[in-house]
Amino acid sequence: MAMLEVKDLQVYYGMIQAIKGISFEVNAGEIIALIGANGAGKTTTLHTITGLLSPKAGSVIFEGQDITKTPAHKIVGLGMAHVPEGRRVFAQLTVYQNLKMGAYTRKDKTEIDQMLETVYRRFPRLEERKNQVAGTLSGGEQQMLAMGRALMSKPKLVLMDEPSMGLSPILVNEIFDIIRSLNKAGTTVLLVEQNAKKALAVADRAYVLETGRIVQSGDAKVLMNDESIKKAYLGE
Amino acid sequence: MSFISYLVNGISLGSVYAIIALGYTMVYGIAKMLNFAHGDVIMVGGYAAFTMMMSMNTSPLVAVLVSIVVCTVLGVLIETIAYRPLLEAASSLAVLITAIGVSYFLQNIVLLTFGSSTKSFQSVVTLPNLKLAGGSLVITSTAIVTILACIVIMIALTLFINKTKPGQAMLAVSEDKGAAQLMGINVNGTIALTFAIGSGLAAIAGVLLCSAYPALTPYTGSMPGIKAFTAAVFGGIGSIPGAMVGGILMGVIEIFAKAYISTQLSDAIVFLILIIVLLVKPTGLFGKNIQEKV
Repeated sequence: MAMLEVKDLQVYYGMIQAIKGISFEVNAGEIIALIGANGAGKTTTLHTITGLLSPKAGSVIFEGQDITKTPAHKIVGLGMAHVPEGRRVFAQLTVYQNLKMGAYTRKDKTEIDQMLETVYRRFPRLEERKNQVAGTLSGGEQQMLAMGRALMSKPKLVLMDEPSMGLSPILVNEIFDIIRSLNKAGTTVLLVEQNAKKALAVADRAYVLETGRIVQSGDAKVLMNDESIKKAYLGE
Repeated sequence: MSFISYLVNGISLGSVYAIIALGYTMVYGIAKMLNFAHGDVIMVGGYAAFTMMMSMNTSPLVAVLVSIVVCTVLGVLIETIAYRPLLEAASSLAVLITAIGVSYFLQNIVLLTFGSSTKSFQSVVTLPNLKLAGGSLVITSTAIVTILACIVIMIALTLFINKTKPGQAMLAVSEDKGAAQLMGINVNGTIALTFAIGSGLAAIAGVLLCSAYPALTPYTGSMPGIKAFTAAVFGGIGSIPGAMVGGILMGVIEIFAKAYISTQLSDAIVFLILIIVLLVKPTGLFGKNIQEKV
């Protein structure tokens, strides 16, 4: 059984249909990429999965439980964390406070401290800047903070929305290395990216989204060599 | 001697403004709306305490506690019935106008229930006044209690926001509702809690205000409400220390203007100073103006 199952999802903004019935699944241990151009519906899909938007039709099933109507604030407690587009760190709080916020649903204090240590080990720069206000961090550091904050909830599945956006090529590589090592450590990843090349390189499988529909899917390595994908998304 | 007495009265009136301003500033910071019915919640608090003391003959302490409960429930009801359905869907203008509607609604409900005659409020503070310098300087016990209440509330609120989980949730919601939800924070619950705290504080402010200025009418809350709102803007709306400092400055300026310049012009002077401060520093004294890197 898949860890996350999205079935025939349809989402509207007012009269406009943004998602026109998509279905896909994420199995435990995988990295799944959702690629597509601007406005294809990638972010809308993630927002619907974590309850920030509600679908008109279709369902979202996480570990066998229907979470379509579960409010957004109850999702993270189920083991699914969302690193939103544009990082959305709490700019006026310190790095440390941001990370603590990530563990908001957790009660065990020693477990939170352990997670904090794990996150600091993975992102040493966050520890160096733990007392700095998050709004003054660089874009790459904010991305690391957003990821670290998501990890604080000890998620089984992490949704990442455009983690490479606005970062320098070196930082992009660093962020993708982190995604890979997170996955090796046992976290399942659903990745939304405009940078299709990087996303396909790191993913096991991928789905191609075009104006609210899935037009192609399959093994990431196969898609990478697909002529139409190459032309449309890889700039070759 | 009269200078010190004016100063104490100013700080005491300012403490009331500060406690009211906290309600405005917290609700603005977290729900991003101006709750113009806040002043009338103060008035309801006054009537609740009045009813308990006069009709039920309870002790002042019980009256204050009942008043806090009544206003807390009222605040949450106003939020869930009138504002919540609009906060997500409608424009901020619709919410603002609804708030003005709620304000008139509360005034008229009280008018219907208690009539338009002025009720003479009995101070909840029954301690003797403080006489200094051989009796030439009298500080009322109500003033002392008001100032102490303001200090205690300030400390308690700061601790609550910085040390407790619901307080941290308030900080997160005030910055980014969506991201707060992703952390597992119940945004609607946090907004309701903010209204509950703000309205509970309004009850305390109402009782203290009526104790110092004992005339209670259905319109008692509106002028202090506007002044406290001004104080919140003066200090930097959204900022808790700003509301405190803004409130106390407003009270002191008002009393000094009344004493040394003109009783009739005192309100005009207060608002003139506000305009000057906002021209020089548009975000208010403690306004946040952090540039965020993108």
